[in-house]
Amino acid sequence: MTAEVAVLGVGMHPWGKWGRGFVEYGVVAARAALADAGLDWRDVGSIVGADTVRGGYPGYVAGGTFAKALGWQGARVTSVYAACASGAQAIDAARAQILAGLAEVVLVVGADAAPKGFFRPAGGDRPDDPDWLRFRVLGATNPTYFGLYARRRMAVHGDTADDFARVKVKNSAAGALNPYARYRKRVTAEEVAASPVVSDPLRLLDICATSDGGAALVLSSLEFARRHGAADPVRIRAVSTVTPRYPHAVLDLPDIATDSAAAVEPAGRAFRASIAAAAYEEAGIGPEDLSLAEVYDLSTALELQWYEDLALCAEGEGTKLLRDGATALGGRIPVNVSGGLASFGEAVPAQALAQVCEVTWQLRGQAGGRQVTDARVGITANQGLFGHGSAVVAVR
Amino acid sequence: MSRTRTPVVAGWFGGDGDDFGLIGTRCARCASVFFPREDTHCRNPGCAGGELREFPLSRHGRVWSYTDSRYRPPSPYVTDAELPWEPYALIAVELESERMVVLGQAVPGVTVADLAVGMEVEVVPGVLGEDAETTWTTWYWRPKEVRA
Repeated sequence: MTAEVAVLGVGMHPWGKWGRGFVEYGVVAARAALADAGLDWRDVGSIVGADTVRGGYPGYVAGGTFAKALGWQGARVTSVYAACASGAQAIDAARAQILAGLAEVVLVVGADAAPKGFFRPAGGDRPDDPDWLRFRVLGATNPTYFGLYARRRMAVHGDTADDFARVKVKNSAAGALNPYARYRKRVTAEEVAASPVVSDPLRLLDICATSDGGAALVLSSLEFARRHGAADPVRIRAVSTVTPRYPHAVLDLPDIATDSAAAVEPAGRAFRASIAAAAYEEAGIGPEDLSLAEVYDLSTALELQWYEDLALCAEGEGTKLLRDGATALGGRIPVNVSGGLASFGEAVPAQALAQVCEVTWQLRGQAGGRQVTDARVGITANQGLFGHGSAVVAVR
Repeated sequence: MSRTRTPVVAGWFGGDGDDFGLIGTRCARCASVFFPREDTHCRNPGCAGGELREFPLSRHGRVWSYTDSRYRPPSPYVTDAELPWEPYALIAVELESERMVVLGQAVPGVTVADLAVGMEVEVVPGVLGEDAETTWTTWYWRPKEVRA
């Protein structure tokens, strides 16, 4: 087991399509997290920014961008990028600095301002970039990959479009209770079925939107937390940032093909399951210890996949867990009580941080109408393009 | 004016008629196969091999999964914004001997309604699009049971 760090403060800017810059969302979230921690920005020894590729140069150096916007005060600065896993990388960097004694208090910030419609690669002719190639050669948008996974589940596990819709119904009901969610209206299965197909078999309401948003955490050493008067803070017990193992035999965004398993037999768990397994091992817990999970529901079908990858149920039994109500608020293991990406839409570098904000509120008992009773242990799970695992275990 | 036929990506596919196929590479030391091709280093972490030789992939496989694009993909996918968008199917194909899955567009005219997981498909030459000077060629997956 790794030593723990304290979550002293969390803050968010509401998700939406606000039409303003990512810096503004990040600063709002950072100030909220500092206020929640009861700390002045000048007390922070280090800032870690989760980068965005959509904000020009300031987005590539988000740590410095947020530090400047908050007012230069000489803090150590770090900027990290790992696509959807950027937030977990930022937490991991902050934790390493705290545990190494390089900083006592670290502010972690991620924010994004998303375009309308599909995400697309950066401009120019870049035939050496797999993300550019999949658009140029195949027109393979993110939803087409979600469609491939969903169809595969239908063929292999017997999932149905109704099952997928049920995920949206569940998450929208939770999101309706979350003031930071972009979509706060409950959605019915009929509304999902009536929405247009984007990438067969998935419909518009099966697929997460792209959103503006910002999230921030104030992390500290446990010793600092005690001195600061936080006797029983939420603590981060594990951060999993593992890569796949060769041969990576599951088709992943943005790849055009999997690795070949002809010469080397795949050993151990598939990638997504290995992300969770590394988090469980580091935390010294198992799925049976969880009070709740926040998973990356880029599509409704992917949420079901995460149930299995987190070992909340056996392979192929994700839909049964859903139909039994186990993953709804009040169930055995509620998943995405924040409302998930279904209710937020994706603000890439902020999303993994937003997952930890929700778990923190839940573990503190501050989640209002979406509170999980007596929540003690939460996990977040996510995956960034190009082989970036992301999972955080927090306890109280 | 005649257009030049140019592969949308150099070196990924080639051959005429029944010889058409995807081209990967194979490590001379550990026999790992790569597509898209690796030309400088073997990616097997247990192999220090450096020599990678061209390796034609199987021309036949089975549908691992499939989907389509009901909305126009963004650039750098090239489409004529003047014309109504015609959805096309994408197929992920499992190659048995290579033990890998390779994506591709379905031949025009094949829709998701024509497809099923496990169905046999073959690789055929295709045209991704044309501009003033160039016909951009690509590969398509064609179901064996459908003649589109």
